[in-house]
Amino acid sequence: MISTENISKKYRSELVLKGVSTILPTGKIIAFIGSNGAGKSTLLNIISRLIPPSEGSVVIDGKKTSLWNTGDLAKTLTILGQSPQSETRITVKDLVSFGRFPHSNGETTPDDERAVAEALNITGIETLKDRYIDELSGGQRQMAYIAMSVAQDTKYILLDEPLNNLDMGRSVKIMKLMQKLVKEKSKTIFVVVHDINFVSFYADYVLALKDGILKYQGETESIMRPEILSDIYDIDITVENYRGKKICIYYK
Amino acid sequence: MPAFFVQFIVLAMLALCSLFIGVADLSPSGIFRMNSEQIDILSISRIPRLCSVIVAGASLSVAGLIMQRITRNRFVSPTTAGTMEWCKLGVMAAIICMPEASSAMRVFGAFAVSLAGTFFFMAVAGKVQNRGIILVPLVGIMMGGVVNACSTFFAYKYDIIQNMAAWLQGNFSLVIAGNYELLYFSVPLMFAAYFYADRFTIAGMGKNTATSLGLNYKSIVNIGLVLVTVISSITVVGVGNIPFVGLVVPNIISIFKGDSVKNILWDTAWFGAALVLLCDIACRVIIYPYEIPIGVVLSIIGSFIFLGLLTRKPRHA
Ligand SMILES: Nc1ncnc2c1ncn2[C@@H]1O[C@H](COP(=O)(O)OP(=O)(O)OP(=O)(O)O)[C@@H](O)[C@H]1O
Ligand SMILES: [Mg+2]
Repeated sequence: MISTENISKKYRSELVLKGVSTILPTGKIIAFIGSNGAGKSTLLNIISRLIPPSEGSVVIDGKKTSLWNTGDLAKTLTILGQSPQSETRITVKDLVSFGRFPHSNGETTPDDERAVAEALNITGIETLKDRYIDELSGGQRQMAYIAMSVAQDTKYILLDEPLNNLDMGRSVKIMKLMQKLVKEKSKTIFVVVHDINFVSFYADYVLALKDGILKYQGETESIMRPEILSDIYDIDITVENYRGKKICIYYK
Repeated sequence: MPAFFVQFIVLAMLALCSLFIGVADLSPSGIFRMNSEQIDILSISRIPRLCSVIVAGASLSVAGLIMQRITRNRFVSPTTAGTMEWCKLGVMAAIICMPEASSAMRVFGAFAVSLAGTFFFMAVAGKVQNRGIILVPLVGIMMGGVVNACSTFFAYKYDIIQNMAAWLQGNFSLVIAGNYELLYFSVPLMFAAYFYADRFTIAGMGKNTATSLGLNYKSIVNIGLVLVTVISSITVVGVGNIPFVGLVVPNIISIFKGDSVKNILWDTAWFGAALVLLCDIACRVIIYPYEIPIGVVLSIIGSFIFLGLLTRKPRHA
């Protein structure tokens, strides 16, 4: 279980995250929503120890992040940053294999190879496996990074805008893959998604941030309400029912 | 493994050429009828020279490869980061402080000064990194220029300029048995680089990716810098400044085989050895029976390739 205790983040004198305290559910897809600059990436990066909070602490499975050995934590939690970029020219297969690094420390076992093959398979990028990542399209590269996170096979998977650059079909595929990981491998997935209808259809639980404050949290159903969404995004949003799910309309 | 086989043949042929070129008469056909004088030439001069060329070429290329990964910049190398210049300053400091300094002491001086200098470079590079990938090597070259000026100034002041000249231009012609063996310490360092290969590649993908994969980013970068400065120091003390090898070799290999350190370490070492060997042979035959210092030839070739790399189209949008 992951919980945050009153975490704040200050850049120079500006507070971009203000006293976020919450207990995050497990075994679910948990969506983080909020407008640009609301503090979603900052929160995810603090939870995954990539940046230290200015105040407060994060507890993962009963231990503060600062007390975790970083190598051990990498077997429990992985984060895929918002638009990861690298000039390094490596093949898709090498990239995905690096997901096994926390387990293998460079000495690949048959288990690792199986995990890599499976990650390539379920993300549907087997045919790209010998291509260099700097020669892929933006969406293909995004899929390769997602495959790396899947190969890491951690209990908690944090994905910051994984649908970036992906077409609708691929986006649906990734969300379904997350559902599968949650159901079959009891993973807990934290994901930042901007398209609110993807949240409505695939997320189990939602955290909504506004101006660095965790303003709403709850089951997806309870967040998909026009007054809440209008408040979060500062535009009028109409919510309709469609086949038992909520669908948000914000085009004017 | 046909590729490996080809590489071996190429290196072996270059090595044979290297052994049988020189003022003293020595020919492959006479190899079984050598007199003791000829055996001496081989064992005191030709073989040590060959070995030092191979080790220096291979280890400097590996150093460049490591540096490019940990700085995340393919234009950085011991030459363009100024590391070689810091090494020279260190050697000079060692000579001034202890005129009778042994080679080991000189390596130590070079290492201490170049490690500090390279950390300084990394700190400055971190500050200017976002303003363009080209700026980082330019800063390194500029700092190297300043350091070089300081070295020259002190060399004049303490009247050791003659002594220093040997380090200004790398030169394999002074290598003889007994004065180059220090270079062999670079060999285990290359094995250490292989041990850390994946870690260097992952560090090259950025601090966040490296941390998410459980690496201690800072310590990997530091280990890399120590390896690079030790290799550079050993080379500068052993044979002098061999420029641009660490820059061009990993870049050329990268075009064909990518950047994964584990996959290309052997190719990089091989190509570095072959390139320096080829240049060394060229230096000895161009104005035969005289010799051009290899630093001159490599500077010319290296700066043209560097220009080519700078103007190469970026590979992705
Ligand atoms: N390194 C930094 N230095 C200064 N300010 C920063 C830094 N990183 C983020 N910020 C600021 O913190 C605030 C929150 O940023 P954050 O990246 O968490 O937003 P976000 O919710 O992920 O937005 P987006 O949807 O655009 O990704 C923003 O106002 C941003 O300008
Ligand atoms: Mg963000």
